[in-house]
Amino acid sequence: MKSPMQRILLTGFTVILAVFFVTPLLWFVFAPFNPQASLSVTIPQSPSLANFEEVLSNEMAMRGLLQNSVIIGIGTMVGTSLIAALAAYGISRGTLPGRKILTYVLILFSSVVSGTASMVPIFKLIYDLGLIDTHIGVILVMIGGSIPSAIFIMQDFVESVPRSYEEAAMVAGASPLQIFRDVTFPVMRPGVLVVGIWVLVGAWGSFLTPFILLRNIKLMPASVTFFLFYDLESGMPQIRLISAYAVLYTIPVLLLYLLINWRYGFRFFGGIKQ
Amino acid sequence: MQKAILSRELSLLFLAPALVFIALFLLYPFFSIIQMSFTNQTLVGANAINPQNVGFQNYVELFNTKDWMRQGEMGHSLWLTVQFVIGSALIGQAMLGLGIATAFNNRKGLLREIVFTLAIAAWIIPDVVVAFAWFAYLDPEGTLNMMLQAIGIQPLDWLFDYPMFSIILFNTWRGTAFSMLLFSSALASIPPSYMETADVIGASPWQKFRDILLPLLRRYIATDLILITLWTFNTFTPFLLTGGGPINRTNVISIYTYSVGLRFFEFGKASAIAVVVMLINLVLASIYLFVSRNQQGKTA
Amino acid sequence: MASIEIRNLRKTFGKVVAVNEVSLSMTDGEFVALLGPSGCGKTTTLRMISGLEMPDSGSIHINGKDVTSLPPRSRDVAMVFQDYALYPHMTILDNIGYPLKVRGAPHNELKEQVTSVANNLQIGGLLARRPGQLSGGQQQRVAVARAVVHHAQVFLFDEPLSNLDAKLRLEARAFLKHLQREVGITAVYVTHDQAEAMALADKIVVMKDGSIMQAGTPLEIYRHPVNTFVASFIGNPPMNLLPCEINGGSIYVQTGDSPQAMSAAGLRLPAALAKGSQFTLGVRPEHIRVLTEPAADSIKGTLYVTQTLGGEALVIVRVGEQLITIRLFEDEAPPLPNEVYLSFDADHLFFFGPDGQVLR
Ligand SMILES: Nc1ncnc2c1ncn2[C@@H]1O[C@H](COP(=O)(O)OP(=O)(O)O)[C@@H](O)[C@H]1O
Ligand SMILES: [Mg+2]
Repeated sequence: MKSPMQRILLTGFTVILAVFFVTPLLWFVFAPFNPQASLSVTIPQSPSLANFEEVLSNEMAMRGLLQNSVIIGIGTMVGTSLIAALAAYGISRGTLPGRKILTYVLILFSSVVSGTASMVPIFKLIYDLGLIDTHIGVILVMIGGSIPSAIFIMQDFVESVPRSYEEAAMVAGASPLQIFRDVTFPVMRPGVLVVGIWVLVGAWGSFLTPFILLRNIKLMPASVTFFLFYDLESGMPQIRLISAYAVLYTIPVLLLYLLINWRYGFRFFGGIKQ
Repeated sequence: MQKAILSRELSLLFLAPALVFIALFLLYPFFSIIQMSFTNQTLVGANAINPQNVGFQNYVELFNTKDWMRQGEMGHSLWLTVQFVIGSALIGQAMLGLGIATAFNNRKGLLREIVFTLAIAAWIIPDVVVAFAWFAYLDPEGTLNMMLQAIGIQPLDWLFDYPMFSIILFNTWRGTAFSMLLFSSALASIPPSYMETADVIGASPWQKFRDILLPLLRRYIATDLILITLWTFNTFTPFLLTGGGPINRTNVISIYTYSVGLRFFEFGKASAIAVVVMLINLVLASIYLFVSRNQQGKTA
Repeated sequence: MASIEIRNLRKTFGKVVAVNEVSLSMTDGEFVALLGPSGCGKTTTLRMISGLEMPDSGSIHINGKDVTSLPPRSRDVAMVFQDYALYPHMTILDNIGYPLKVRGAPHNELKEQVTSVANNLQIGGLLARRPGQLSGGQQQRVAVARAVVHHAQVFLFDEPLSNLDAKLRLEARAFLKHLQREVGITAVYVTHDQAEAMALADKIVVMKDGSIMQAGTPLEIYRHPVNTFVASFIGNPPMNLLPCEINGGSIYVQTGDSPQAMSAAGLRLPAALAKGSQFTLGVRPEHIRVLTEPAADSIKGTLYVTQTLGGEALVIVRVGEQLITIRLFEDEAPPLPNEVYLSFDADHLFFFGPDGQVLR
């Protein structure tokens, strides 16, 4: 039931939306390749990879991107996925009182508590644990922050595993841990992957936590090492280098996320229904 | 009521690691903020080492009725936050997200892929990068002005002259994907036969939206509004664009908390602000929940 | 192989009494069908035998051992689920072998046993595939193979054929019967399909609203239903049940405003049937003749519709407000006038009291 009128309207709507969403990013298409880039969008006179060469030769920046960001991102991803998968399983297959609203309360609570104010007690906590200036400290804090939403989304994937799978395993003689390891976890693996990538993207982009908890420049992830491309004397950002670094920093996680999204779709219907 | 597969002890065992993290990184900061809000703790000076209990003094200062609506005070900041939340979350993200999801419901193809991919990209790209992109976009010589000039509109200094509008536009751009994805998966769960029946009866698109989709989506809308309201209330990203300025005109509550706590290091006062924000958030969430439950009762 | 002894089993979910005082004993090698309409508590009973559900009261003994409070894995039972519950991430080999794996069987031994069972069930060629690549009938065999592989004492089936289409279901039914003959398993088989229960079971247990209505061999239940519920549940099309009153030498069939008299001479009336009392007359569709002329023992009706089924035909006649089904073993119903007369086979009549219980 698609009339030509509807098609035209939809196409018009698409064009407007596409303009709205893509124009703020246009700058990134041109500036990185322009050795004279400024904040305005200009098609480079003589496009070159000079900006990238300069960024790639900055050892600290590359260490931030290729090593520290990766360690923090993967650490947070693995930790959160595993812990959230276990918790979602425990909530969904158990008999804890109030389990229906537990995750909901957690979500509300976490969006209420996260915020700049909680950085002070969290800094103190990590300091007391002796984990200031370590990757593990950053990872722990990030896991803590992402766990409520991760459980929330993961629960939906647990619920979508038919109970008869687990009951069949029970009758076959498996213990609860065997059931989780052999049956539930493998079946919900797409969900774990979706949540994992989502957490990875969040950790990759996180600025405040590593900024506050890390001091050694050798440990800082890319979100923080952007400051390496500020001019030392004027304190002004060197636009052409920042744009190139931003592209290197963004493209991998963006592609990864889109890939997962296309492959498995974006799902959170069950959990979201309250 | 379904048969439990795990005993209570076992399900606690599965939950244990998560509970440890929740206790450390949610409950501890929560209570610590409440406790600190009754002290005069600072970063340096005598009160850093030996903070004094000052009772409700921080709160009294915050709600000082004489000048709490002055620029740079909490009342003013809350008022800006209300504008920001209504503009970017309720009107911007939720409406646009619902619009996109409805327009592309049950449709596949290139147009949908383009819009969804771009919206998701805007949602996924890290804060720091997005801030630079929008800085360049809103620059007097930036892309937005170039496009406006092309259709004969004078260039404007967006961040300076229209800072609140700028961050609303920014936050709409940034966060629409969430509502869009939520609504489109909600719509996908409605059997196509519902809409086809309406087609056969001869309902107009607006009637179909109002009489069929909207009632079925009510609960999803409530959930979406709760989450994006809370997130928008607490988002810190506008700081990267405006720093709360010019002259406090975008000093929304998260930026206000930050400047009191991490710029001026008045931890006690910043914690009091955080407690106020938490209370407001809880009230908002409860209102939404109450309204959506009530509506449910009426339609059921 | 094992015997099962179930005593006074009861299970409630909130206010719903799912299973009410069910007692049942099964001997070694017996194949028992739990039969009843949806929601009557069959699955719940089966799940209590498996240990997936704990009874509120009552006991279950397997081979004389009280297993009432044991978890499933300590009961040595095998179960085939309605949706088969085959794991999509495992190959067929791993699926079938899973019960052996959790018992710690070494891999080569596992593979050997799985292969032999699979060959037996004619799915030996599928072991490397995954469940998603199998047809419904093949999946069903895999589910059975997984149950058979570890030689459990008791087999439990929960409507294992209900996801198959009609033709496959007949095939699978024959296959299960053959398997039971060959292996001699002790099994509890849940179904709502009376034909399936008749075809497969040594003993049928008919349930309604959580209680057992009747238990017996298929023929016993077919020939001597204890009440109208069992009578109308067994047999397809179901038995016709007519409200009647007996008075003098006549039976008055009260299906409409005006009762129709029918001679009671030649009927073997049950002793309990007092004069002047109300009762329900039951007659199976195959035990009615359609006449074009009235007879002393006939009642009048109007032709409603005829259905040609191939090999048999159904004639449906309206008597008063009730439809009566007659089954003819002919390719096609003969041409019939609008007004017809029905005569019941006197040797195959059932009499039920006002409470629905059979009269003897
Ligand atoms: N987990 C449960 N929670 C609540 N009610 C249940 C549950 N399982 C079964 N019931 C109820 O118990 C009754 C019997 O169910 P069941 O044993 O599944 O019937 P059957 O298998 O014969 O269709 C039904 O009324 C059903 O609604
Ligand atoms: Mg059932």
